[in-house]
Amino acid sequence: MLKNLRSLLSIGAITLAGVLTTSPSAMAEKAKIGVSIPAATHGWTGGLNYHTKRTVDALKKAYPDLEFVITTADSATKQVNDIEDLVAVQKINALVVLPFESDPLTEPVKEAKKQGVFVATVDRGLSEEGIEDLYVGGNNPEYGRIAADYFKKKLDGKGKIVVMRGIPTAIDNIRIDAFKKALEGTSIQVLDMQYANWNPDKGFEVMQDYLQRFPQIDAVWAGDDDAALGAVEAINQAGRAKGMTVLGGSGMNKVIKRIMDGDSLIDADIFYPPTLIIPAIGAVAMKFAVGAPVSGRWVLGSPLITKENAKQYYFPESPY
Amino acid sequence: MSDTIAVPNKLPAARGRYRIGDHLTAFGPLIALVVLLIIGGLINESFLSSANLSNVLTRSALIGIIAIGTTFVITAGGLDLSVGAMSALVAGLMIMFMNFAAATLGTGWATVLTGIAFALVLGTMTGLVNGLLITRWRIEAFIVTLGTMGIFRSLLTYLSNGGSISLESGLRSTARPIYYGTLLGIAYPIIALAVLAAIGEFVLWRTRFGRHCAAVGSNADVARYSAINVNRVRIATYILQGLCVAVATLIYVPRLGAATPSTGVLWELEAIAAVIIGGTVLSGGYGRIWGTIVGVLILGLIQNVLNLTSWFSPHLNGSIQGAIIILAVLMQKGRATR
Repeated sequence: MLKNLRSLLSIGAITLAGVLTTSPSAMAEKAKIGVSIPAATHGWTGGLNYHTKRTVDALKKAYPDLEFVITTADSATKQVNDIEDLVAVQKINALVVLPFESDPLTEPVKEAKKQGVFVATVDRGLSEEGIEDLYVGGNNPEYGRIAADYFKKKLDGKGKIVVMRGIPTAIDNIRIDAFKKALEGTSIQVLDMQYANWNPDKGFEVMQDYLQRFPQIDAVWAGDDDAALGAVEAINQAGRAKGMTVLGGSGMNKVIKRIMDGDSLIDADIFYPPTLIIPAIGAVAMKFAVGAPVSGRWVLGSPLITKENAKQYYFPESPY
Repeated sequence: MSDTIAVPNKLPAARGRYRIGDHLTAFGPLIALVVLLIIGGLINESFLSSANLSNVLTRSALIGIIAIGTTFVITAGGLDLSVGAMSALVAGLMIMFMNFAAATLGTGWATVLTGIAFALVLGTMTGLVNGLLITRWRIEAFIVTLGTMGIFRSLLTYLSNGGSISLESGLRSTARPIYYGTLLGIAYPIIALAVLAAIGEFVLWRTRFGRHCAAVGSNADVARYSAINVNRVRIATYILQGLCVAVATLIYVPRLGAATPSTGVLWELEAIAAVIIGGTVLSGGYGRIWGTIVGVLILGLIQNVLNLTSWFSPHLNGSIQGAIIILAVLMQKGRATR
């Protein structure tokens, strides 16, 4: 528990430290905070669920006056229902929501806001501006750009790469567009882009087919660590690991471990952590627990993880 | 329940006039497969390479082995929607069991073999549960297996905490050859698929149990009056399905050494589609394993061909897949449903 609290504190450091030291006398307020997130349908959302749960557990212990309700949805439709229930039945004071899809969730969240609920959106924004009080997100264009920069450096500006896209979503489009844009003007050729759904089995199959189709592949951008691990198996099976580079993304612990151990195929990762839910819940909790004024946009960086800095992104207990 | 359905295996003579089309329709799926192979070869020269075909066949072995069991279930007039979730659950529990057993048995074959035995028992048990719920409690197969699908899948999600359940690395290297190893240049999963398909075809056509499956699926009441223990036959098909799922899991786990909540998603539909493409009648009474295998290969090859070309936007992959599935079935219906 202590370890959980510590990592929570280190991530939400600015808000927590500032608030805890400067307003010790602020009145604690009874409040109910609803957290609506996608269900664990792939590795990243699995990690998201894990970090949500341990954050809420830690906060409950620290602030007994706060009550939390977590709902997980396996579709946008279910999430809309969840939010309606949170507002109408649970009578929440604040909503932390990671929208399944931006468009369908905009209206229900707007309605919640109209009912006086404090709204924090995480990762994906809504399609209308000005609804949420607080936005905490990863940097998706940077995600694609960092990947492109990595390959430019790694391949010395020239080579042939294959790309695996994720689940067809707005996020995937933003990343891929930024990636393509950052590669413009270089001699790096993208041979093909197929969807691998951020899924290890699909990553394995798509990579097998890429390897059959293209006699020369210098590097793979799998877009996600789950898919990258599938690709690695296919590359090893085909005996083409020599001189090959695989880049995934988002910071799965198994992959970060490989980087720490000096793996020859994967030597870097892009941070896009499911931990971004932690500061969002933390900030909202502080608003009610100690009366901290929190609003605005908080964009977390997507730095490149290499052997040098891997340790600080390593959560061995997380399922992702 | 299906006595009004046109059954494509009837001898042409039985319907009076001999028509060449009847032969064509019986071999429809095979023709579709050959056409697909030719198209694939034209699209990309590496398509027909032994390495590529070996990849596709090995990948297809997973669904193929499951679909053998599905053929029995459907022939006997049943349906099992839970196989994908069941694979995920069996895979997850098998990995957890092996990781646990490794503490005492070490990371050698002793642990892997106990893991295999464990998976087979588990598959049998889950199949038995489906079968008992359907026959003893007389709940529709669709509802029972839809229910167990949700139960199996969420149990796995719970056990994995939403992430992945991974096999210890020592065990992984021991088990790895099950998927990647070869005998005389042929990958083990392909051999397993071929052997199981041959056994399945034999059981379905040459044993009493096989004939009983067709009889029960064709008309359960008539079968009952013919002194066939209908419930026992049905339960047996679900157990067989569970066993097939377990065998497929044995091949799946060594491949990536992990089970995740996305393991086996939609495998049930792929298996059912393969069975129907192969010429088995969805409402029961007639099944053929070779057709199922051809169906599995068609599905596997479509995906492979799509990955080997940039002709289509990947957004459209699903529509091409859908069109080919419908065409393949159309080819065998042809004249029969005029």
